[in-house]
Amino acid sequence: MNTQNVPLPAWIEVGLIPILNIVMALFFAGLIMFAIGVNPVEAVEIMLFGAFGYDEAIGYTLYYTTNFIFTGLAVAVAFHASLFNIGGEGQAYIGGLGVGLVFLLLDAYLPPLLLIPIGIAAAGLFGAAWAFIPAWLQAYRGSHIVITTIMFNFIAASLMVYLLVNVLIAPGSMSPETREFDAAAWLPQMHEVFTWFGLSIARTPLNLSLVWALICCLFVWIYIWRTRWGYALRTAGYSESAAIYAGIKPRKVIVSAMCLSGALAGFVAVNEIMGVHHRVLLNFTAGYGFTGIAVSLMGRNHPIGIIFASLLFGVLYQGGAELAFEIPKISREMVVAIQGLIILFSGALALMLRPWVVRLYLLVRPLDSEPST
Amino acid sequence: MIDLQTVLATLDATLRVSTPLVLCAMAGLFSERSGIVDISLEGKMLSGAFAAGAVAAVTGSPVLALLVATLVCIGLGLVHGFACITHRGDQVVSGLAINVLASGLTVVLGIAWFSQGGQTPSLSSDARFMPLVLPFAEALQTVPIIGPVYHDLISGHNLLVYVAFVFVPLTWWIVYKTRFGLRLRAVGENPLAVDTAGISVSLMRYQSVMICGALCGVAGTYLAIAQNAAFVREMTAGQGYIALAALIFGKWRPVPAMLACLMFGFLDAVSIRLQGISIPGIGEVPVQAIQALPYVLTVVLLAGFIGKAIAPKSVGVPFTKNR
Repeated sequence: MNTQNVPLPAWIEVGLIPILNIVMALFFAGLIMFAIGVNPVEAVEIMLFGAFGYDEAIGYTLYYTTNFIFTGLAVAVAFHASLFNIGGEGQAYIGGLGVGLVFLLLDAYLPPLLLIPIGIAAAGLFGAAWAFIPAWLQAYRGSHIVITTIMFNFIAASLMVYLLVNVLIAPGSMSPETREFDAAAWLPQMHEVFTWFGLSIARTPLNLSLVWALICCLFVWIYIWRTRWGYALRTAGYSESAAIYAGIKPRKVIVSAMCLSGALAGFVAVNEIMGVHHRVLLNFTAGYGFTGIAVSLMGRNHPIGIIFASLLFGVLYQGGAELAFEIPKISREMVVAIQGLIILFSGALALMLRPWVVRLYLLVRPLDSEPST
Repeated sequence: MIDLQTVLATLDATLRVSTPLVLCAMAGLFSERSGIVDISLEGKMLSGAFAAGAVAAVTGSPVLALLVATLVCIGLGLVHGFACITHRGDQVVSGLAINVLASGLTVVLGIAWFSQGGQTPSLSSDARFMPLVLPFAEALQTVPIIGPVYHDLISGHNLLVYVAFVFVPLTWWIVYKTRFGLRLRAVGENPLAVDTAGISVSLMRYQSVMICGALCGVAGTYLAIAQNAAFVREMTAGQGYIALAALIFGKWRPVPAMLACLMFGFLDAVSIRLQGISIPGIGEVPVQAIQALPYVLTVVLLAGFIGKAIAPKSVGVPFTKNR
């Protein structure tokens, strides 16, 4: 029986099946833990306590979540134009370069109220610029965006090593990083923000970029589903020929979607560079760009889904750190393995369970007009 | 200024660096010629390297290590096939999943089993593939030019280096001169025609991803127990992607792909030698620039500025039998 065209109610299609996929991924993660002699139930308990158990933990969890919202949105915007942007890692890295260059030049001269918007703009612009080249090459020269963005990740890494070791390094410093920016360029951290209102919370890296991430979610939702540009983007993603027929120019859509995607990825630098490290350093992106792919797949490319998926990965990252600390047998890389499983089950095997779900659904509620054979 | 000794040493290093690239490029060739995009060369090679390092450390047998590494990678190839062929999932997403999974799992298992920070224990020479001295290498050494070339460049590599370079003509022969090869190419260009001829598209593609896995396993084994004496975390360091770039650079053909691997390997070997040396007219070339060159060249090639790389027509498109 061909189950592909059987319509399912929305709660099954966007609720049940994605959840079943995640359950399968987590089941295999449990098997791995079991195989190395760790009790998965105990591990989950430690993880949840490590992620939510105390003030500081919550701050760290949300700080990781912020990064994943940015990279998840970046992947999602490109997905809606049916482009696969694997280059989030490189775009975020170059976004950091943008922040670094602007702040190294200006941080002594301008007040925070000017510096912070300029920094955010620089992160976005540089990220967008790094995505623009693969996008332009795909649109006008026909090279494949997946391969080009992979290559651009490596090129970004080489470029940043060169710049940090030879050009931007703080004078007299041994490690390849820039000087610390002037405090005027620091994005306020949440514990400082709370003291403005007379409240006190634990000191964590969590900073105002979480708010910016949520604003970006709203913006992406409006852009994709409530503007004519978003309509053009989805149409071109769904069917290029239909888009051309409707007077939409797919080439322009490719370039604009990728630039938006790159800018969102670049905002990782707002959290990491402006909010936490206050200097540009090697590998500050730490794989967040790749995690964005898992986040977007899991969140079904919708901002709301992405917020939940980001939170789950925030829990995995922060809880995973605690887990590695408590049980030496397990390492932080467990989170990377779980991420791989989620990409596999929520992405590549997303439709594996659908035929079974359809059969079950038809048992409960048969189709009205069963075609006679 | 540049003597024969330096040239030979550089070329010798080129061969050693190119070996895993050649194996992975041939692996990718089988997969992509059958219509399955494979960005998971990196992840499979990494898993193979870990399997080989772990088995060699436990059993001390390099042959057994090679066997297990190959089987592990075939298994990962089958996972890729299950997602892309049986369930028609997105091939890039599936490949990425394997890369991420391998990157995490090799470290998790390494720490859990060996507790050495993700490394496998160092191997003695019995547990590794050691350099072989080809016949007459010593005797011929005194002959001018030919002697040193034979002794330093051609002789003195381990078995897997020779395996890799034998696989290039073998791949050419399989792809262009056998019935299997004809079907392989057809299934990547026009699967519907192959299906109409009564040949199973799925079976052809499954066979291809298995061959691809096996070759990645050999590449991983080479890294862990031939070129080095242990598995180190993330030891593939992007070489799977360079192999993919070389495959594209070679326009999905065996010999040009091998030449691209050699070129990328040569760049790598030269970049180590050029460190801190100033070239007349150019000045000191940053190592990072040479390291990034394979990626830049691939981007330029894909953009059609130097020749045109045309992929197999149906690569990346899942085959739907009933429509």
